[in-house]
This record gives sequence, structure tokens and C-alpha cells, in this order.
Amino acid sequence: MSTAELPIAKKAVQTAAIPKKQIDWIPLLLTPVLALAALPFISPSTWLTLTIAGLAMGMIIFVIASGLTLIFGLMDVLNFGHGLFIALGGYVAYSVLGALSDWVAADSLMLNLAALMAAIAAAMVVSGIVGWIFERVLVRRVYGLHLMQILITMGGMVVGEELIKVVWGAEMKAMLVPTTLVGAGEVFGIPFEKYRVFAVVIGLIVFAIMMLVLNRTKVGLLIRAGVQDSEMVESLGYRIKTLFVGVFVTGTALAGLGGVLWGLYQQGLTPQMGAGVNVLIFIVIIIGGLGSTGGSFVGAMLVGLLANYTTYLMPKVALVSNILLMVAILVWRPNGIYKVTNR
Amino acid sequence: MISRLLSSDFPRSRVLTGLLILIVLGLAFAPFLFPGAKALNVAAKIVIFIVLVASFDLLLGYTGIFSFAHTMFFGIGAYGVAIASSRMGAGWDSLFIGMGGALALSLILSLVIGLMSLRVRALFYAMITLAVATAFLTLASQMSEISGGDDGLNFRLPDVFSPGTSFLENPVLGVDINGRLLTYYVLFVMAVVLFLAMLRIVNSPFGRVLQAIRENDFRAEAIGYRIVIFRIWSNILGALFATLAGCMLAMWLRYNGPDTSLSFAIMINILLIIVIGGMGSMYGAVAGTTIFLLAENYLQDLMGVVNRATAEIPFVSHLFDPDRWLLWLGVMFILSVYFLPMGIVGKLRLRAMRIGKK
Repeated sequence: MSTAELPIAKKAVQTAAIPKKQIDWIPLLLTPVLALAALPFISPSTWLTLTIAGLAMGMIIFVIASGLTLIFGLMDVLNFGHGLFIALGGYVAYSVLGALSDWVAADSLMLNLAALMAAIAAAMVVSGIVGWIFERVLVRRVYGLHLMQILITMGGMVVGEELIKVVWGAEMKAMLVPTTLVGAGEVFGIPFEKYRVFAVVIGLIVFAIMMLVLNRTKVGLLIRAGVQDSEMVESLGYRIKTLFVGVFVTGTALAGLGGVLWGLYQQGLTPQMGAGVNVLIFIVIIIGGLGSTGGSFVGAMLVGLLANYTTYLMPKVALVSNILLMVAILVWRPNGIYKVTNR
Repeated sequence: MISRLLSSDFPRSRVLTGLLILIVLGLAFAPFLFPGAKALNVAAKIVIFIVLVASFDLLLGYTGIFSFAHTMFFGIGAYGVAIASSRMGAGWDSLFIGMGGALALSLILSLVIGLMSLRVRALFYAMITLAVATAFLTLASQMSEISGGDDGLNFRLPDVFSPGTSFLENPVLGVDINGRLLTYYVLFVMAVVLFLAMLRIVNSPFGRVLQAIRENDFRAEAIGYRIVIFRIWSNILGALFATLAGCMLAMWLRYNGPDTSLSFAIMINILLIIVIGGMGSMYGAVAGTTIFLLAENYLQDLMGVVNRATAEIPFVSHLFDPDRWLLWLGVMFILSVYFLPMGIVGKLRLRAMRIGKK
């Protein structure tokens, strides 16, 4: 129905004298529709808990996925080793929080937040630096060679995972959650888990900053243009490779941040956690349309919410709910929610 | 005769030919050359993995399809035999029903996945298969009433395969001729037949089209081949051969669980083997598997020695912990992607060609 008419409508806009920016609203409605559709089956207070948990999970996934989708959009590079930076970020934060255990254990929100911020900063810096090395040593040599990219980045992930085991050990580590973020709080008689709200806030801040940078700055303009058609941007005299390195480092730093949030969300770390989250992220960026930040945001929310609802309602279905969601979206729009790349 | 058997696809390098003959003879007489349960285990694993890796090479090396779902089909084969044998009891009927059921399931699954996602580009397909394989692994470890969950399934095979069955009174060359030995030789013959079948497929006109698609799918389409159809066929064939390899694994271990046949580590092993051995050549699977699986055992021993020698130095000794052998294989893997893009087989063939020109 409407999908069939869409390309024609777009073409008409393109041929008009001054094309207006057209916002595709339908996908944005998916998240609230999904949330409301689940409401009749669950009691309201449980629904709220699940929704907050789903949004928190979605936000964390978005933070991780946003970098990957931009990396892909810009240079046609798919980093199968992205999960490595999630685990790395988590482990760096584990060490920092361990060193600042007094602040973490203190019953003061300020000290707790200070410790968390220090952990997040350290995780982002370390992941970013390792990401830069990763790009230099591995990714740079295999631009444009997809099969080689998969192999090389997988190899990088195997080596990275083993190095994490060398440094931190192979066994599972328990993550210290700051005192004031443990347990549930209550506003107007509605209970919620404090840490999940914190994760949602961080996620929203990242999303806002990212949208601002992408839509209101020159770098953002170049990135968006590069995602659409990188050759054109290059022929206009901009160094797309430098831009790409910047995006790659930022993306890996964000994955590090996501790793901290994910580790606190799961309250534990394993060296293999990255590979597990990787799968979720791939589903999200496929749903969102490769290269699209907005799409991956919507996709992450859908995946997070659906995972929490189905785990509560039908635990067996929850195991494959992501796949079913992906299939449904791809049947509806074969290129994902938003198609941004011209490839 | 030999030319027919090998589908006129010779190793094309003297060193490689020698290596392959050595491997085949070694595997054929493994129980007599290397007595002991551990050595026979390694030999059986090599035989099974040759089939598994060769079937993956059919996909990646010959058609250029990157599928992470290969261990899923391997696991389906192993679970097919395991579930049928543990439900229906030991017997030939349950063995064949298990194999048949697994092949049918793999056929349907690979067809559906192929139809849904092979129209798109390689990266997309890799991501989708990764997601599907992970979901399958979770299902297998959660659905414990069917699959035995994380504990897996123990089962028995027909009595001829049992180690307790002796066929001859006296050992031959110091080796008992029992059911275990028979199992090994059944697997060995299966592997030889399956390998030659795959060699036949890749050297047929059909196989040439697959290679054309790998080199340039746009041109292959322009010449008039429906590349989607060929890709789907290649996907199905790869899946079926992987399923048979899974059946072989279950027959050897008489046990199956998520870790033995479905885990992501196996997928990584397949990748390591195929890169080290050489993509786009069936012989790469043979050479790569043998070298890799021997290294897996040998490297760990060597690392243990270095680990003890460097025990004083804190960080370095951890690097050489025998549990970290994957680290060094990973480094080897990256280096071989860079410096041996065609693997050992490609390198040897290139060398033979240079010598031939002189």
C-alpha cells in the first residue's frame, strides 16, 4: 500500500525546485504503538517496570549501535569486532570503580556520580585509543574488501578477547553498582529501578548530542553527506578518510561507554560479553537501515522493549523475538526502517 | 581413473601433492601408526572437520557467501542423530531417521534463509546468519525437553560400533579390531566419499558459475545466470554437507551438546582453518584442518613449556598460559590473512607455477 507509493512520492519531491526536507513519521510511531499494544496483557505497574527496563536496554544498545552504523555508512566497513570495545569499556570501568571503591560505596549521590563519570571517561578514552589502533592496524588495509573485512575484524576480536583474558582473567567479574543507584525508587507511588532511569538519561544525552552534532555542525553535515555518497564528498575536496578515522574512534569510544552501562545493567562482566551484544547490535542496525542513526535509535528501542515484554509474557518466544522483529521489519521495508546510503 | 576421482582438479604442486598423500595415508592407517585413544580421537576429529571445512569452503571460497550459520547446520546434523538415537534406542533405523530428519530440516532452513537474505550483499547475509545461528544456539540450550539443554544427550549406536564388540580374537599389529575401529573407518570412508563429491561439484559447470559469481556477480548475471538461484543452491549444498559432518561427529562422540557442535568457537575454528589452508580450494580444507588440529594440541604443549620458563615475569607468562592458545592462533590468523591471502595451498601452487615457468 503506502510502501509502494513511497518511491514515486520521493522522486516527485526531488524534481521540485527546492526540495523540502521530508520526515518519515511512520517508524517513529512504532515504539509507542508497541508499548501500548503490550499494555492490555500486563498489569499497569508491571508494564511500567518493563517499559523502563526496555527503554534502558534500548538506550544502551543504541549508544553502542550508533557508532557501528555510522562507521558502516561512511566507509562501507562493517566491524565485526565492535563487540570487543564493549567488553573493553566494561573492564576498564570495572578497574576504575574498583580503585574508587570508597566513592562507589559512599551513600552520596555526588560521589557516586563522580566515580561513575571517572569510570565512563576512562572507558571511553581507552576504547577510543584501542579503536584508533584497531583501525590503523587492521581495518585500514581492507577498505572495500568485504570478505576480508569480516575475516580481519573477527580475527581482531578473537585476539582482543584473549588479551582481555590475559589482563583481567577469564572468569566472570561482578560489577560494583554505586550505592545510590542500587534498588528501586518511587515517584507518585510508581516504583522504578534507579539504575535503569540513569541509563535512560545517559542514553538520551548521547542521542541529543549526536543529533546536534550531526544536524547542526559542519562535521555532522560532512558525515551525513559521506554516508549518502562518500565519493561525492571526497571529490568536493574533503578528506573522507580523516573523517572516517574520527568517526571510527568516536564509535569505539561510544561502544566503550555502552560497555560500562551494559556491565552495570547486567551487574557482571565476561570477556565474551561483546560477542553476545554484537548480535543484538547487528539486528538493530539492520532494522534501522544501515547507516541511519535515527533508524538505529528506533530499532534499539523496539528490540529493548520487545525483549522485556516477551520475556515476561512468553519466555520461550523471547529467545527468538529479535529475529522475528527483524524479519517483520525487513518484510515491510527490505532496506530497514530508513534507507540512507546509496549503495 | 585418478583423474576421474579427483574431477581433474589436481593439487598442481609437488610439495602439496606430497603433503596430501602423507595426510591421506596417515589418516587411513592412523589406528595402526599412532596407537592410543587420544591419537585416534585427533584423527577422527580431523576426518570430520575436513568435511565440515570443505563444505564451508564451497560457500565462502567458491561462491563468496559468508555464512555464520554453518555451525548451526553442523549442530542440526549432530542433534538429529543424537535425538533420534536417544529417543528410539540404539539401532540402524534410528541412526538413518536421525540423519534423514536432520538433512530435511537443514534443507528447509537453508532454503528459507537463502530466499530471505541472499538477494542482498555479503555483509548483510553475514549479519543475518550470525543472528539466526545465535538464536538457534540459545534455543538448543533452553529447550531441554528436546535437546537435553546444556547437559546435552548421551546415546548409544548399533552394537557393531560399540568399543566392546571385538571382531577378531587377536590384535592386529598391536591394535584391537573392535567397534571403535570400525566407526573410525566408516567415518573415514564417508569423509572420502563426501570430499570427492564436493570436489566433483566445484569442478562441474555449476561450480564454475559459482566461481564466476564470486569473482564478479554483476557480470555473471549479465552473462545470463540467475545468481540468486545459484547462491541458494550453493547455500543448500553447503548446509547439507555440514549436516552430514555433524552426523559424523555425533557418531564418533556418541554424545552431543551445545558446546560440542553449535558453539561460536567452532565457527571461529572453521574460519581459522579455511584461511590458513587456503580459500577457494578443496585441498585447503585437508591441509588446513590437519595442520590446525595438530597445532591445537602441539601448540598448547609448547606454550606450557614457555609458560613455565617465563613464570617469573608476571604479564608475559600469562601470555603463554596454555589456555590462551587461541590468542596465538588469532595472531596467526590475522598474519595469514595479510601475507597468505590464498593460504598454504595458494602459496604452494604459486610457487609451483613460478618454478614451472623457469
